[in-house]
Amino acid sequence: MTEPKLGAYICKGCGISERLNCDQLAQVASSEGKAAVVRQHPFLCSAAGVEMIRSDMAGQGINQVVIAACSRRAKTEAFAFDTVTTSRANLREGVIWIRPDHEDNQETTQEMAADYVRMACAEVQQMRQPGGNTETGVNKQILVVGGGISGLTAALESAAAGYHVLLVEKSAALGGWASKLYRSIPTREPYADPQDTGVELLIHRVQTDPQITVYLNSYCNRTSGAPGQFSIDISTESGATHTVNAGAIIQASGFTRYDASQLPELGYGQSPDIIDQAELERLASAAGTEGSIVRPSDQAEVKAVVFVQCAGQRSNQPGHLPYCSGFCCNAAIKQAMYFKDNNPSVDTVILYTDLRTPGNGEDFYRSAQRKGITFSKGKVTSVVPGKQGAEVFFDDLILDTQTSIQADLVVLATGQIANAGIDVEHVTSAEEPTDKTAISVLNLSYRQGPDVPQLKHGFADSHFICFPYETRRTGIYACGPVRRPMDMAQARIDATGAALKAIQAVENAVLGRAAHPRSGDLSFPSFRKEGCTQCKRCTVECPFGAIDEDENRYPLFNESRCRRCGTCMGACPVRVISFQNYSVDTVGQQIKHVEIPDEMDEKPRILILACENDAYPALDMAAHNRLSYSAWVRVIPVRCLGSVNTIWITDALNSGYDGIMLLGCKKGDNYQCHFVKGSEVAHDRMSKISDTLEQLQLEKERVAIHEVEITDIQRLPALINDYADVIEKIGMNPFKGF
Amino acid sequence: MEKSASKQPPPTTTAEKYRNNFLREVEDNVEEGEWVKMCIQCGVCSGSCPLGSAWEHPPQELFMMIRAGQREQVLRSDSMWMCTSCYNCIVRCPRQLPITHIMHGLANYAHRLGIAPAQNPTRRFAKIFWDNIAHSGRVNELLLSIKLYFMNGFGEGIRMAYHMAGMGFAMFKTGRLDPFGLFMHKGIDNAKELQTMLTKAREIEDRRRGLGLGVAVKAD
Ligand code: SF4
Ligand code: SF4
Ligand code: SF4
Repeated sequence: MTEPKLGAYICKGCGISERLNCDQLAQVASSEGKAAVVRQHPFLCSAAGVEMIRSDMAGQGINQVVIAACSRRAKTEAFAFDTVTTSRANLREGVIWIRPDHEDNQETTQEMAADYVRMACAEVQQMRQPGGNTETGVNKQILVVGGGISGLTAALESAAAGYHVLLVEKSAALGGWASKLYRSIPTREPYADPQDTGVELLIHRVQTDPQITVYLNSYCNRTSGAPGQFSIDISTESGATHTVNAGAIIQASGFTRYDASQLPELGYGQSPDIIDQAELERLASAAGTEGSIVRPSDQAEVKAVVFVQCAGQRSNQPGHLPYCSGFCCNAAIKQAMYFKDNNPSVDTVILYTDLRTPGNGEDFYRSAQRKGITFSKGKVTSVVPGKQGAEVFFDDLILDTQTSIQADLVVLATGQIANAGIDVEHVTSAEEPTDKTAISVLNLSYRQGPDVPQLKHGFADSHFICFPYETRRTGIYACGPVRRPMDMAQARIDATGAALKAIQAVENAVLGRAAHPRSGDLSFPSFRKEGCTQCKRCTVECPFGAIDEDENRYPLFNESRCRRCGTCMGACPVRVISFQNYSVDTVGQQIKHVEIPDEMDEKPRILILACENDAYPALDMAAHNRLSYSAWVRVIPVRCLGSVNTIWITDALNSGYDGIMLLGCKKGDNYQCHFVKGSEVAHDRMSKISDTLEQLQLEKERVAIHEVEITDIQRLPALINDYADVIEKIGMNPFKGF
Repeated sequence: MEKSASKQPPPTTTAEKYRNNFLREVEDNVEEGEWVKMCIQCGVCSGSCPLGSAWEHPPQELFMMIRAGQREQVLRSDSMWMCTSCYNCIVRCPRQLPITHIMHGLANYAHRLGIAPAQNPTRRFAKIFWDNIAHSGRVNELLLSIKLYFMNGFGEGIRMAYHMAGMGFAMFKTGRLDPFGLFMHKGIDNAKELQTMLTKAREIEDRRRGLGLGVAVKAD
């Protein structure tokens, strides 16, 4: 290995030299930072500035670069040197823009800048250039589980992009629910009438695509491996097993319809004339385009039909679904049209509490009104079967009356239940035993359980807005109603998105790079076996099931499954996990290299560990808005709050910091954490730090943790300033100078 | 007091409830009635109406009652007679229903059927006004005021006339009120021709309405 040689480059542009004494910073870099070469430039990100650095790299053998200029989030292209390690001292957003330009502040502002230079020099000396994961798989096939609308679409989209697809369907035919529908909700202008489902065409295209291999009557009996190298045992009904390989998996396992017999108050099961929407599709298909829909009890033409929306949905009653399935209002409109289009004199009433028509459903709704379908805002209390038909009792919420309608046929809008497999994180209790009926979809051989983790209401965990298809198992993407309730049009969009993510995953995997959210990252965790105590914290806390156990019960890292969050690194009590360019030392040394003034100076030091995904950008934006915050803080960005190892906290307190603030993303069910669980485990760890504080006889206020959002541009500086006030109030850390 | 006002409307039978029958009748017979089914029950019209709180059934509710088949309750109601044609609701309705016109259409239809509340002051004023203007082609302000004031009896008429004397005098001074209107009123030049036109219009209108559900329309 070549000798490390540090070059520090200080930019004087963007007002930095007007506010800071750059010569002093250069002095700090060379004497304290041990930089072999230190240069100042009036405009470092310009071609000439970058050229200056590059010529030092070539001529002087500089292989560690410190850029003391703007935030690490700015000018990333100019300062992208892939052959050397680079660290950034944030003098612009981190210092001059957040400190008021006043001579009273000059000293503290300069101190801040000098510390950031020291920190960057210390960091870069600990960093190694990541070489990429070498345990890569090269398989680029895509396995699609489920042959409904989502699965068919995902298969076709992947195939169209040039990838070979293996499609596994558990039933004897492709098409899923869509093939059981008479017509679908319109997806084209003018969104006025039910339209052909189009599923026949999809099936045909899949069956004739040379890039797609279909396995019917089959399921995944065992799934192991990682992105780029999954191995799947596909078992067929006949008993045969095919072992296949794939680079990524798309889970399009769809939904099961809610069992309406759990709704006795709505008369289901008590009369053949009280049915759910799926059964009406069957009646409509039987009637076809020629005949009229007949009621099951006596085959007489239906003259009056009532649709009961939200049947067992959006309700907190036990056994009901708490959520809205999202498709059923549009479906009821479509089904009412089956009657009206055939015979306008049929009375069709839709009883709803809130009509929810996503997509272009508003036009569809308008069309239904034009056709004379009656919409009434009402809460159905009971459906009482008659000899034929039934009487629907409801509270008319507009006319404020309790009333009823006589109907030949009653159609209940029941919801979707995700086929997400076994809830691997479900902790069984006496009141809530595990769902014995759940069948695994993937049968993963992971230590963390056979299926992808679930979030709420049994849907596969994926971030609803930011990363909808990413499950918590890298390389496995969920789409369609398995991740949230949806209709066919949405499922097709969803499947296309998941196909794209699967393609990105295989391409990144082949190159040994990380998948979302650190897509392209070449670093990966390595682990020093000698020190490991087999405590298993890393294995348990990794949000993505990337760590298995080897035969000697040591953690077994699957680099390709790893998202590079560092949660394992934060978890490890003996600190044997690290990344080439991010480790306990890269941060630890920064903490150590901040100059801690003497107690008598009355200059507290506050360490901020800020999540680089949201908190750090928010701080940058606060700077762009020239908001100011305390000069006592020193901010270190971290990959995820989950990567914060408690040693950083204890070291900081021991070396005299007066307060420590952790800024991470929102946790819990509505999480915004980019690594799903990182912020949560950090909160958990910090809740236990109070013991340490007690041992050190320190006030519990010395460590604070906050959930922040990227939009907290105003809130964040206020939060910091308030905290600085708190620290000033409780006084200096007695450990200073020890 | 009028007998019909105290008469309770017969309840809607289950067989008629939430059926399209009455809606269709409204579509066929009420001006702009085909819009009623387009209402999304948002309530913006009722909330926008400056007199909304005074209505027994504000527009949104009337539309739902029509769809619920409450024929008698709607047609015998005095709610739609409350509309002052301010057009607030029309401007705001997200579904662009011509609500004001429908209100007048409903009132007019109930009136033609002879089931509108007989004592409703709006209805009575409208009738007085129509007779007044249709007669000569020009409003006779004095006659109109007198008929209006004495609509509810002699004592009330005197009281009203006394109360409004200041306004009457002002109108007289500005030439808006002819003090001899009771004895001679100058109508338009060819009132006869106007009568012919109105008769013809009525004929056309009746013929159009006759195409409806065959509901008997009582001429007034
Ligand atoms: S789509 Fe409509 S019927 Fe279905 S749950 Fe949502 S609101 Fe209820
Ligand atoms: S915790 Fe994060 S960094 Fe560690 S193995 Fe899991 S995904 Fe990778
Ligand atoms: S504003 Fe229009 S849509 Fe809303 S309740 Fe009134 S008429 Fe109906």
